[in-house]
Amino acid sequence: MLSEGTVTITVKLFASFRRGRFREASRDYFAGARIADVVADLRIDPKDIGMIFIDGKHADPDRTLRAGDALALFPLLGGG
Amino acid sequence: MNEADRAFLLAQGGDGLLSWAAHVRVAETLGLSLGEVEEAALVEGLLPSRYARNRATFSIADQLRFRRARIGVVGCGGIGGYVVEGLARIGVGAIVAVDPDSFEESNLNRQLLCTIAALGTAKVDAAASRVAAINPAVTVVARRERLTRDNGARLLEGCSVVVDALDSIIARRELLAVCGSLGTPMIHGAIAGWYGQLCDAFPGEAPLDRLYGHGEGPGEQTRLGNPSFTPMAAAAFQVAEVCKILVGQGETLRGRALMIDMSEGDVEAVEFADETR
Repeated sequence: MLSEGTVTITVKLFASFRRGRFREASRDYFAGARIADVVADLRIDPKDIGMIFIDGKHADPDRTLRAGDALALFPLLGGG
Repeated sequence: MNEADRAFLLAQGGDGLLSWAAHVRVAETLGLSLGEVEEAALVEGLLPSRYARNRATFSIADQLRFRRARIGVVGCGGIGGYVVEGLARIGVGAIVAVDPDSFEESNLNRQLLCTIAALGTAKVDAAASRVAAINPAVTVVARRERLTRDNGARLLEGCSVVVDALDSIIARRELLAVCGSLGTPMIHGAIAGWYGQLCDAFPGEAPLDRLYGHGEGPGEQTRLGNPSFTPMAAAAFQVAEVCKILVGQGETLRGRALMIDMSEGDVEAVEFADETR
């Protein structure tokens, strides 16, 4: 059972962020955690992030997580 | 074209097709360019035989839209080489190829236009030579310059669609600003390692501000490299986007980003739910 102080969200990773991590996972964070805390937990360098979505909409790293959020993280791809 | 010339042109066709030999004969006899003959043939409902396998996908009216189109390709490296190839083969009438660089050995792993003989020569010149060898009815305007906010409007004048085949995020932002000021749709494609992303930026829309909204880094390609297959995949989708915009078929990527993961064999369209559509 989860404690009251926990939020469960879905994290979806794209492209190179999947390497050594996962594609999509349900994860628990402490209540009040922000997107930046998820990024740190996943050991992703914030400089490498291109786009952050929550439920298909743009979100900032300081956005506080809510139970049921679907967070998606996309890396910067710039080659050609 | 006068009646006699028109009759001569039509007499050269057979089964609704105009062979390459006949195409050249008409151009030489009537003193027209190969492009002018192609245009006249399509207006008359005569399809150059080279486009016979386009026919079930695109109508003659569509082929005429390709013929009359002028498309900008900014960057003639990994992605851009394949984009130029695809546009020339489908029958786009004019391609404006923009790239300041020359070929070097590290381009040989992926860049279609890069051959050993071409090392040290300008990428835009290779684009022009390649197109001339495939489809001389297509005009290539070779611009050996680095596109910036200052020269972009001049370089891309008259283009109805511009393909982003650049290799840096900074340069892509510059191109988007230029396309925005020209009111020209831009087809974005970028790769890194096994991964690629695509989207369409129509005037007034700024999907790159989303895709590149948070990062400060140069992009994952500096760590993951640029293999042969991801530029091919990105370019294929970009050429299809150009075709869709020109003829109005299918569903464009407007309001979406297409994320390609070739390591897992996975392509996913991500909706920009809050983007103007």
